[in-house]
Amino acid sequence: MAKYVTIQVARRETPPAPQAPGEHCKKCNASLAAGELERALRVCPHCSYHYPLPAHERIAQLADKGSVGFIAEEVQAVDPLDFVDVKTYPERLSTAKFETGLSEAFLAALCDISGVPAALGVLDFRFLGGSMGSVVGERFHRLARAAVEERRPLVVVAGSGGARMQEGLFSLMQMAKTVVAVQMLATARLPYVAILTHPTTGGVFASFATIADVIMAEPGAVMSFAGARIIEQTTREKLPPGFGSSESQLTHGQVDMVVDRRQLRERLALCLSFLMGGQTGG
Amino acid sequence: MGESRTPEVAWEKVQLARHQERPQTLDYIAQMVSEFLELSGDRLHGDDKAVVGGLAVVGTRRVVLMGHQKGHTLQERQERSFGMARPEGYRKAIRLARLGEKFALPVVTLVDTPGAYPGKDAEEGGQAGAIARSIETFARLMVPTVTVIIGEGGSGGALALAVADRVLMLENSVYSVISPEGCAALVWRDAAAAAQAAAALRVGAQDLLKLGLIDVVIPEPAGGAHVDHAATAEAVMREIDLALKELEGIDPSERLRLRYEKYLNMGSYATAYGR
Repeated sequence: MAKYVTIQVARRETPPAPQAPGEHCKKCNASLAAGELERALRVCPHCSYHYPLPAHERIAQLADKGSVGFIAEEVQAVDPLDFVDVKTYPERLSTAKFETGLSEAFLAALCDISGVPAALGVLDFRFLGGSMGSVVGERFHRLARAAVEERRPLVVVAGSGGARMQEGLFSLMQMAKTVVAVQMLATARLPYVAILTHPTTGGVFASFATIADVIMAEPGAVMSFAGARIIEQTTREKLPPGFGSSESQLTHGQVDMVVDRRQLRERLALCLSFLMGGQTGG
Repeated sequence: MGESRTPEVAWEKVQLARHQERPQTLDYIAQMVSEFLELSGDRLHGDDKAVVGGLAVVGTRRVVLMGHQKGHTLQERQERSFGMARPEGYRKAIRLARLGEKFALPVVTLVDTPGAYPGKDAEEGGQAGAIARSIETFARLMVPTVTVIIGEGGSGGALALAVADRVLMLENSVYSVISPEGCAALVWRDAAAAAQAAAALRVGAQDLLKLGLIDVVIPEPAGGAHVDHAATAEAVMREIDLALKELEGIDPSERLRLRYEKYLNMGSYATAYGR
C-alpha cells in the first residue's frame, strides 16, 4: 500500500553549492575552518549570513533522520512548445540536471519534522533558477494530494526566480494549479506553512508562497513580484536599501516571522504541532 | 486566423492586441451592457482605475462584470496606469467576485493588461499576495465564471482576473507568461528579438487553443477588433452567453469540482515510470 519508497537522504559530503566558501565568509570576510559552514547549516557563525541551501541539504536539516521518502520523482519535464532561444529547452534541462544532480527544481518528500509527520516540498534555485514549470506544479500537486490522503500538514520551502519561460503559458498556469492544490488542504482543514528563502519572486511569490496559513522567511531573503530592475526602469523610482527583504516584508505585514535557519526546524515543528493539535488528539 | 509560429505573424498579433483603438472594458460595457452600475474601491486602501467593474445586464442576464482598462488617450492611460493594476485593483476584483457569489450572479471578467504594476508602493502593499488571493478567490467561486482575453493577457496581472470555468480569447489577443520584450531581454539579451520571443512563447489564441490552455477563440472583424467595436462586442457577448448557458446547467458543486480538476490538470510533463 506504500505509495512511495523510503530512502535515506544521503548527506552529501561535497555538495555542489555555489559558494564553496574556501577560507572566508563572502559577507563578513571572517575566516572559516574547513567544513565549518556546512556544519553550521550554511549560516556564517560570525555574521549570520544565510548561504543558499541545496534542496537535499534543506530536507536533511528539517526532516528527522531516516524519515524521508521522496515522491513524484517520476514526473519529468517535456518541451511542450519546442522552445528554442539561443539554446533548446531540452539542452537547458539536461545542463541543469547535470550541474545540480537534481531531477527538477522541486523535490517532494514525506517525512517527520521533529516528530510531526509532514509533507515537505523544496524548490532549489540552482535548477533553472527554481523556475516553476509543469513539473514543479505537478509535483506540488502530488505532494498536496499525498498530504491530504495521509492527513499531514504541508510545508513548502520556496526559492525561485519565477516562471519557467520556456514553457510559456503552461508555466503561468502553474500559479493557478498550485493555488488550487492548496485548496485541497484548506478543504481538509490541514495546515500549510510556507518558508520563503532568497530569492522568492515572480509567479511563485504571487501564488502558493503567499497563500499559506503561516509564512516564515529566512533573514536577508529578498522577495518581490516584479524585479527591482523592472521597477526602476518602469517607474524611475529609486528603491531603498533592503527593498523586498524579509525584514521589510515583516514590517509591511506580508510575512508572519523572520526565522534564523538555526531555529527553523524547531519553530516549524512548534507551529505544525499547534495547527495539527486539534486533529491528532495530542 | 492561423497559428503564430513565425515571428512576423506573432508580432502582428502582438501589435493588434495592443492597438490603441482596440476595444477595452469600458467600450464593451458601452456596447453590450444595457444597465451598468459601477462599483468602486477595495474597502482597504483605495480605488484602482486600472480595474473597472460593477453590476451589469448583459443580454438578459444580470452579472458582475469587471475588467482591466488601459485607456485610449494619454491622459486616460496615465490615470489608469496603462491597465497595470496595483494591489487595490486585485482586492477590488476579489471584492466584486465575492459580491457576485453572495448574490448568485455569474462573474464575467475581461482581461487586457501588460501586467501588474511594477512599483515600490505596489510591492510593499502586497502585490504578490493580492494576485495570489485573487487567483484563490476566483478558483473557489460557487457561481459560473467566464473570462475573455480581449487584448493583452500579461502574466500574473492577467491571471489574477483569468481563473474561470471558461476562458475565451479574441482572435488577435495574446496571452503570455512574460512580455515578448521581457523574454527577449532575458534569454536573447536583446529586446529586438521580441518578435522571435513572441513566436517561441506561442502567445496567440489559436496556439493556446491547440495546447488546450483556453477554451474558445472568438473571431474578429477583418482587420482586427478596432475596426468595428460593435461587431466585436456582439461576438463577445454571444460567446459569453453561450458559455454561461452551458455552465448554468451544471450543479454548483460539480461545477466547482470540474474547475478544480481543470486547473489541477494544467501542465505538460512525462511520468518516467507510470503513475
